[in-house]
Amino acid sequence: MSAPLLRVTGLKKHFPVHRGLPSRVVGQVYAVDGVSFDIARGETLCLVGESGCGKSTVAKTVMRLLAPTAGTVALDGVDISRMGEAQLRAHRRQMQIVFQDPYSSLNPYLSAGAIVSEPLTNFELASGQELEQRVASLFERVGLRVDAVKKYPHEFSGGQRQRLGIARALAVKPSLIVADEPVSALDVSVQAQVLNLLIDLQEEFGLAYLFVSHDLAVVEHIGHRVAVMYLGRIVELAGNADLFGAALHPYSEALLAAAPVPDPELRRERMVLQGDVPSPMAPPPGCHFHTRCPYARERCRTETPPLQEVKPAHWVACHLRPVGGPFGQLTR
Amino acid sequence: MASEPEVAVTANAVLSVRDLRTHFLTRDGAVRAVDGVSFDVKRGETLCIVGESGCGKSVSALSIMRLIPENVGRSMAGSVRLEGTELTTLSERQMRAIRGNRISMIFQEPMTSLNPVLTVGAQIAESLRIHQRLPQRAAWERAVEMLAMVRIADPARRAADYPHQLSGGMRQRVMIAIALACNPQVLIADEPTTALDVTIQAQILNLMLELKQRLSTAIVLITHDLGVVAETAQRAIVMYAGRKVEEAPVAELFRNPLHPYTRGLINSIPRRTAAGRRTNIRGRLQEISGIVPSLREEIVGCAFAPRCSFAVERCSRERPALDPHAPEHLAACWEVARVAAAVR
Ligand SMILES: Nc1ncnc2c1ncn2[C@@H]1O[C@H](COP(=O)(O)OP(=O)(O)O)[C@@H](O)[C@H]1O
Ligand SMILES: Nc1ncnc2c1ncn2[C@@H]1O[C@H](COP(=O)(O)OP(=O)(O)O)[C@@H](O)[C@H]1O
Ligand code: SF4
Ligand code: SF4
Ligand SMILES: [Mg+2]
Ligand SMILES: [Mg+2]
Repeated sequence: MSAPLLRVTGLKKHFPVHRGLPSRVVGQVYAVDGVSFDIARGETLCLVGESGCGKSTVAKTVMRLLAPTAGTVALDGVDISRMGEAQLRAHRRQMQIVFQDPYSSLNPYLSAGAIVSEPLTNFELASGQELEQRVASLFERVGLRVDAVKKYPHEFSGGQRQRLGIARALAVKPSLIVADEPVSALDVSVQAQVLNLLIDLQEEFGLAYLFVSHDLAVVEHIGHRVAVMYLGRIVELAGNADLFGAALHPYSEALLAAAPVPDPELRRERMVLQGDVPSPMAPPPGCHFHTRCPYARERCRTETPPLQEVKPAHWVACHLRPVGGPFGQLTR
Repeated sequence: MASEPEVAVTANAVLSVRDLRTHFLTRDGAVRAVDGVSFDVKRGETLCIVGESGCGKSVSALSIMRLIPENVGRSMAGSVRLEGTELTTLSERQMRAIRGNRISMIFQEPMTSLNPVLTVGAQIAESLRIHQRLPQRAAWERAVEMLAMVRIADPARRAADYPHQLSGGMRQRVMIAIALACNPQVLIADEPTTALDVTIQAQILNLMLELKQRLSTAIVLITHDLGVVAETAQRAIVMYAGRKVEEAPVAELFRNPLHPYTRGLINSIPRRTAAGRRTNIRGRLQEISGIVPSLREEIVGCAFAPRCSFAVERCSRERPALDPHAPEHLAACWEVARVAAAVR
């Protein structure tokens, strides 16, 4: 059996917290605390969860923009998590990243054409006239006018800048694009344009996406599978239909209930979670979610529920969802 | 100037806004941020103002509150009446007695309007001392009661906290407590949950709606999120490029949107349904092509014309009137009949 395009295993990223003068380490932010998942070629895996749960840290660690504290990241079966820069270079081409705020990720002093040429020149993929042609066809492909190559990032609208960021990522023909909240800063009408573009590109080039978002409607639209994160851990991982049709983790249930539905005829009584997300510097023991979970039991306070495959391809980390168990309503 | 009717309700209005115009005078000409907006807010209702960024929602709210300083170079016109009191002609001193008392406002980022060096209890108490002339002690006690009312746990202790000691959700609760302390007739909430996570957003929206019920305060809720509109409002106004393009009761607006822009907005959101069944699995979302017009040039005709698939020649010449097409349902479009007949 061939290896998946991306396999992340036991990934941890802890950030030391410094205080005082001279500064000393007073604790750790457990930003990502043991995360595992696969992404197949041509597949979209979405990471959802509230701010601070570790989504961007997973994205950056996968991209090796951050070095992991523990765990491995294998691209096409090759572990890149501890590779040196020189070796990494060859693998970098396969993965590209698109950020939420295209403005801060695009060099303001480079023209749009130069921004898209840069990776092509870097990896020595094209030069001269061929380079120009490649850039022009990339512009066309993402829906930018070819004469926009001469413009600078600030002359583009938010949606156009995101197209530019996508063109830059596409330039080196990657097999995986990590997209960190790529449409979160856009208005809905423009968001629709960018989501359509991403879906078209995936079909055309067989791209895989690790798609980070806090917006469940966007995730439901674009994802094939979804991983729900809470305080640095995946609490549920399932196919889209399973997650949105029959979520099994109490936190997923709460997230789905909280997201407003744009249909007044479906106004409903909904489960509203109490309290705030605890600090990732001191996550609650046992199940991280027990301080807000309406179903929490004694054991949840001490024992960490493992992420288990309770149904085929449906993974849940909750004591009340044992493997092969009945999946009815939980009781409080 | 457009002729009446430009508003859907006139009976029982606590707040009446007529032909509000706020233009910013910049070096490269006037920015027509709000360009002739009229609406009524009924006693105790929730009215949503929805539209994409830059369409003039915040400037409308700030203009109503008279919170746009003169020194930024702006010109304002129109009328704002709060229970019969014309606000636009009041002196700044008179306005201060009304702001935070009979009409209040909360913002997306509570930190910008909370004083970082005063405890939250003191900030609520201050409003009560000024507007209701409560003595220090009584004001503090009432402040603690208000914190309890917005469901802050351990309110007596929390009252002595500074804003930075609270989470984003708790700060927004404090803002709501301050805004409602004097029991205003109208609360304007400008994207109050946009910076919050969905589970906290749900808490805050529920709290606002519950307090509205209890205090019979009318809420003007500004949002870019049609989901929030659908779940909270009785009526909604859709804005585009500084103008009101549609106004309707919420169920009617979603069932029968009459302005092509409103239709585009509703169709461009990836839809979830309560049952969790998506209507359009990985299908294409409907796009609104193009981008919003610049507010620096005078817009002749319909502001949406360059992006509108229904546009006819007249649209780029004449500004469409906001006419009623169904009970309480106004739309500013020359081609409403064709739009209504088209499949969505
Ligand atoms: N460079 C860093 N140093 C210290 N803490 C960090 C750093 N980057 C992220 N964090 C913390 O790690 C946690 C996860 O952050 P992040 O991955 O950005 O979450 P998300 O993208 O889900 O909002 C947060 O508590 C955040 O404050
Ligand atoms: N002080 C100002 N000077 C010039 N233009 C401004 C100023 N404040 C707001 N604007 C412009 O007014 C328009 C409406 O802004 P705003 O009401 O904040 O939009 P919204 O709240 O709907 O996103 C925008 O085009 C914005 O750039
Ligand atoms: S393990 Fe316990 S606390 Fe955690 S989600 Fe399940 S029931 Fe809730
Ligand atoms: S008036 Fe014309 S351009 Fe404007 S929305 Fe109606 S059909 Fe479209
Ligand atoms: Mg993030
Ligand atoms: Mg605004």
